[in-house]
Amino acid sequence: MTNSNVQTARYVQTLIAGLWRENPTLRLLLGMCPTLAVTAAVKPALTMGCSVIFVLVCSNIIVSLMRNLLKPHLRILMFTLTIATFVTIADLFLKAYLPRMSEMLGPYVPLIIVNCIIICRAEACASKNPLFVSIIDAVGMGVGFTVTLCVLAAVRELLSTGKIFEVSLMPNAFVPWAALGMPVGAFITLGLMIGMVNIIAGKKA
Amino acid sequence: MDTLSTLLLGFISIVIVNNLVFTKFLGICPYLGVSGRIDMAFGMGLAVTFVVTLSGTLTWLIDHLILMGTPLEVTRYVCFILVIAGAVQLVEMYIRKFFPSLYDSFGIFLPLITTNCAILGLCLFINLWGIDSLLEAVVLSFGAGIGFTMAICIMAGIRENLDLADVPGCLKGAPITLITAGLLAMAFMGFAGMIR
Repeated sequence: MTNSNVQTARYVQTLIAGLWRENPTLRLLLGMCPTLAVTAAVKPALTMGCSVIFVLVCSNIIVSLMRNLLKPHLRILMFTLTIATFVTIADLFLKAYLPRMSEMLGPYVPLIIVNCIIICRAEACASKNPLFVSIIDAVGMGVGFTVTLCVLAAVRELLSTGKIFEVSLMPNAFVPWAALGMPVGAFITLGLMIGMVNIIAGKKA
Repeated sequence: MDTLSTLLLGFISIVIVNNLVFTKFLGICPYLGVSGRIDMAFGMGLAVTFVVTLSGTLTWLIDHLILMGTPLEVTRYVCFILVIAGAVQLVEMYIRKFFPSLYDSFGIFLPLITTNCAILGLCLFINLWGIDSLLEAVVLSFGAGIGFTMAICIMAGIRENLDLADVPGCLKGAPITLITAGLLAMAFMGFAGMIR
């Protein structure tokens, strides 16, 4: 009984680690490119986050299953090929069912292949741990990534257009801050956000 | 003459106006990781330039000669990433043989060029923009590498000075680099609309 409790506690901890302590974007600084590129609005950010969760979970499952067969020098190549396969699936799915979103995200969907988060989790977690832990880890990391993306996108969309999900939230006198929708806004908002997280983390410690 | 001006415009546009780092957010990871010292940044930039030119050309050839118009098109991403991984392996072996000291100072960042989004991103953009002459593809890939080198060198120069600046504690490291990159992106926004 105690043994299984310890086990459960460990699972929960792995799950939560991705959300805050080891949040991929804010704490580990991984996967910056999509974070900056798709966060001009919440909708594409959410789509991107879901695609990343899908790819991350699937690739972690496969890598975890074949972890005993891996040869050290071919490891990275195998990871990349696995990831590329699942990204192709996600990309074709988006093209078929959400064609407008797929057009909006453009090359950033296939660019999930080189998203460091996924390779990092395959290397650091899935290639060493059994199936269940790997899945939990992937879900935690993926959700952490998605939440960060959505928060960043919400801030940028609100300040650059005054709306979120087409719902107007700002008073009439608000002047949209167009620069935040552009690359400049992406860099600066993310920089300030990481700074803020550093302050909070510093207080806790 | 006409093709020459197209090529020249394409080159300038990818180096300055559509710079991969500042307008497309590609290659941010090595940009944050390596750009601490200007000589390393330059070496990294050259390695990326070589890999991106090679893989841009190869992926264009593979795409147009083998994949296009066949059901094999679904394997495009897998093929692209294989070509890039091969090119990086080549560069790694070359540098290890001829510039061992440079090889040591790169460490983990050299094999990580494989996962540099700038390279795969460029191959995908060439595909997306529907570039249909080989020469243009080569020039664009080379220009993308030069643009990346330029961006990473500018950043390294700024960061060498930034070390002496009094930055608030919570912004030290990555955050201030991102904010600086934002200001640089704003400067580069001035070029937008110059070409296309």
